[in-house]
Amino acid sequence: MRQRLTAAHPAATVTGAMARTIPAKLIEDTARELMARAAIDIPPDYRDGVRRARDTERNKLARFVLTEMLANWELATAERRPMCADTGLPRYYVRVGNEAQVEGGFVAMERALRRATADATASIPLRPNRVHPLTRVDHNNNVGIHAPEVTYAFEPEGDWVDVTTVHKGGLFGSDYRMLFPADGVAGIKRFFVDTLVEFGRRGLACQPAIVGVGIGGAKDTCVRLGKEAACLRTVGSRNPDPEIAKLEDELTALGNYIGIGAMGFAGSSLVVATHIEVAYSHTGGMPIAMHSFCLSSRRATARIHPDGRVEHRGDPQWFTDYYRRTGVE
Amino acid sequence: MAEPGRSSTRPTPSAAPQRLDDVAMDEVRLSTPVSAEAISRLKLGDVVYLDGILYTAREGVYRKVVDLGHGLPASVRALTNVNFHCSPAATVRPDGSYAVEAVTATASFRFGKSMTRWFEQSGAKVIVGKAGLTEVAYREWFIPHGAVYLTTVGYGLGAAYGKCIKRVVDVHWLEDLGIAQALWVLEVERLGPFLVEGDPQGRSLFALANREINVRLQEVYRSLPNYSMSRFGEATPLEEIV
Repeated sequence: MRQRLTAAHPAATVTGAMARTIPAKLIEDTARELMARAAIDIPPDYRDGVRRARDTERNKLARFVLTEMLANWELATAERRPMCADTGLPRYYVRVGNEAQVEGGFVAMERALRRATADATASIPLRPNRVHPLTRVDHNNNVGIHAPEVTYAFEPEGDWVDVTTVHKGGLFGSDYRMLFPADGVAGIKRFFVDTLVEFGRRGLACQPAIVGVGIGGAKDTCVRLGKEAACLRTVGSRNPDPEIAKLEDELTALGNYIGIGAMGFAGSSLVVATHIEVAYSHTGGMPIAMHSFCLSSRRATARIHPDGRVEHRGDPQWFTDYYRRTGVE
Repeated sequence: MAEPGRSSTRPTPSAAPQRLDDVAMDEVRLSTPVSAEAISRLKLGDVVYLDGILYTAREGVYRKVVDLGHGLPASVRALTNVNFHCSPAATVRPDGSYAVEAVTATASFRFGKSMTRWFEQSGAKVIVGKAGLTEVAYREWFIPHGAVYLTTVGYGLGAAYGKCIKRVVDVHWLEDLGIAQALWVLEVERLGPFLVEGDPQGRSLFALANREINVRLQEVYRSLPNYSMSRFGEATPLEEIV
């Protein structure tokens, strides 16, 4: 391993061999491009889900809303405009292959991600949403204390870095609650309906949306997992555990049965997909958190290789077998 | 887009629709400043497009005008009576010009307690925003000032609305409030669609929707259990949930 690391350093690279470090500048340029793609181009998996919801929606107001949204996404892509002016709280999810190295180290990568956020805010432009929570000071660049958030994960094989950006609104549609084993699946359903109804009226949560549910872990784990389930899985994906996958289907059906359509009008279009992720929790508890991604669900992913290749793709592939590992290795 | 009903003749204000399906969704063009006569003809659920000039004003501007008594700039008040609860995805270019690519509304309920003084000091007659206010709010705060509420559609229609902005006429308090909270004066052409959510009689389209939704919710909640542990102060009677 030591030998390999030495050989990977550019200074040690022999003529003709591939440099093994990823330039921080390449990460910065890629992150800026991802910011634009996320803000402007609706992910196809989600768009197709909304189209299906529109086609089955019988309430004319809800249908009207969905038809206008589909047209809006086409216009956004054609004119390179942000699909929604509330460009949310731009943030990053970074997955690092175990052998990956970044020129200048991972601090250089973090600095690159902050620069890309500030640049993209001016160039796209994004709305500079980020303010100090008490003074309300706005740097007009979406950068500040803990902004943008960067969440990390690792993968056993690989010399690449995956960067995903998510732009999600930040005010409505999320909740957390400590449930207990006695609450069971019925309690999960109760919490699911409560949260949908609380934020679904008048369309505050901007539904229909992908709903992410995190169950278990510590409080912060389930809040994080629910958000990742909403924002980092594609429509049509299923949890690999058949029991959980079945619950995903049941919750989607339940959400679309309660009678609320797009924008809080009556109808059947509230949930495009439900994604559940779990973590081992305290033996006495079953904490749960839920997040509705926006009607403008915005994400974009690219893999950056040390040879300079950048591969953009639709699926963040965040939830790998390794990420969901359960035993001791 | 064959969804909304189109009618060339304006019916007189009709009886209140009893169901969402009764809403005609007639298409209406409004020019700013919007006249009292044009406002009086608006019906719940009409699909509205705006021409002329409007301005953005949300927390920052409301604080200045309502709480600190700065007064809406006279030039703005002279130009238009349409207030958009929104902030744009905008930037100031190096040459000092402005780029506004997309606009999307922000939730209006949080301005509720300011609305009476806002109407008095701004002269606004049309509020455009997200998700509306309650029927009580419309009757107590909007109707006495002859004002109506239009809701944006989908809440993420940023590109479609942004395309209708022809020009940034002016920006006030940019330094002070930042890009997101500044007062942007925008010239627009066929900006829409919006829906009449709070009509001239103080009715709410969402309230109509909620009455319909509540019937189904009562059935849904019958099959859902109470939690084993309540949150402090949590109300569980079904009537209070729906």
